[in-house]
Amino acid sequence: MANKTPLYQLHLDAHAKMTDFYGWDMPLHYGSQMAEHVAVRNDVGIFDVSHMTVLDILGAGGRQFLRKLLTNDIDKLPHPGSALYSCMCNEHGGILDDLIVYQRAPDSYRLILNSSTKDKDIAWIQEKSQGFAVGLLTRPELAIIAIQGPQVFSKLQTILTPAQYDAISTLRRFECVDIEACFFARTGYTGEDGLEISLPADQARELWQKLINAGFQPCGLAARDSLRLEAGLMLYGQDMDETTTPLESGLEWTIQWEPLDRDFIGMGALLAQKEHLKHKMVGLVLEEKGIMRPHQRVVLNHLPDGIITSGGYAPSLEQSIAFARVPVEATETAEVEIRGRLHRARIQKPRFLPKK
Amino acid sequence: MKNLKFTRTHEWVKVEANQDYTIGITDHAQELLGDMVYIELPAIGTAIIAGKPFGVVESVKAASDVYAPVSGTVTEINSPLENNPALLNSDPYGQGWMIKIKPSQPEELNSLLKEEDYQQSLLEQ
Repeated sequence: MANKTPLYQLHLDAHAKMTDFYGWDMPLHYGSQMAEHVAVRNDVGIFDVSHMTVLDILGAGGRQFLRKLLTNDIDKLPHPGSALYSCMCNEHGGILDDLIVYQRAPDSYRLILNSSTKDKDIAWIQEKSQGFAVGLLTRPELAIIAIQGPQVFSKLQTILTPAQYDAISTLRRFECVDIEACFFARTGYTGEDGLEISLPADQARELWQKLINAGFQPCGLAARDSLRLEAGLMLYGQDMDETTTPLESGLEWTIQWEPLDRDFIGMGALLAQKEHLKHKMVGLVLEEKGIMRPHQRVVLNHLPDGIITSGGYAPSLEQSIAFARVPVEATETAEVEIRGRLHRARIQKPRFLPKK
Repeated sequence: MKNLKFTRTHEWVKVEANQDYTIGITDHAQELLGDMVYIELPAIGTAIIAGKPFGVVESVKAASDVYAPVSGTVTEINSPLENNPALLNSDPYGQGWMIKIKPSQPEELNSLLKEEDYQQSLLEQ
């Protein structure tokens, strides 16, 4: 029996095409993934992301614990009500998950983890928290709604209560706030401005219905994937997993090396790998008609093959784009094997949106 | 759509007044594939053979060969479709037509499915 989010019936009511996502019955699209993608880039779209895991880490030992657990350093957070993106690695530097950690108070942190890694993550975090003054609390009663797009703040004014709107309109990017049983964060997975809201199931259903009635475009997992690809955001389980490190996954920036005595889990292995790194993640833009897709072979001049990890069509560029793991020496161009033929691609940073 | 014939591989054929055939893919096919992005059509004059691929449609989800329902020679291709693949999604039986052919063996039409039989075959899949 697949898991259903609290908004499941509302998706059926909206004639969503449903799909299985790691054991969750989720909306793939509501008619056209391209229309949903374009709506988020130009206007605003809403996503049900309640399949993700909300884990609260409470207690005085939270700061110490998370500084050990995560590759990024939560000491960088300027004040309660801020967040950062990080990897969580094992002792070999292999990525267990990527996540955003939100500091709600000095002794209260919220992690939002991928749904596909829930059991593994919780077991790991539980084990590693031994000896720290923390308690772990999963929040399965909370739904999560993401509202993303350039018009997000203007269009939400008539939807949220005055107190809620007041609270969120002063949020900067990667800041968060608790108000009226809802947790708002100015974060997202689309490359656009927006909010992610975790809230009790009943309130979520009410809010979602209000948003639909007000004409907000519901968006499914297909659009979520094409949006994050354009934005240069990695997908755990596809672009990286336990066999790959942040250094090989375009995620070195999530590692805070200094101070060395923080000694987060995996730091030693990552420092060693840095000395003789063999692979890196690049972006590819196909210079011909066609679409790059995961697992396709990337052929490079006088170098071993690379491999596409994520690929697809970018509506914002009207071209196919991809992430590829390639030898570190790869430079300007590559060829991608699509249905038995080689196609020319340009190598660039794995981020495809024009700077706003 | 009563005058159309269908294949199990989701192509349709329409006999035109001048006895040429128009060929496209069905609503079921476009729905399965999702938003269309690229279309590859054969050149005018190409010979197509029943059961063999004559073109490719590429959607956000996957690339898919399009199979010739009958044999013949391509007389016309839908160029606007190549520039606007979304027509395959919005109007698969109208503006989404793919090619017109002069059939070489018109009797091949008899082996194709009538509309009711095609719809029935969808239920069996």
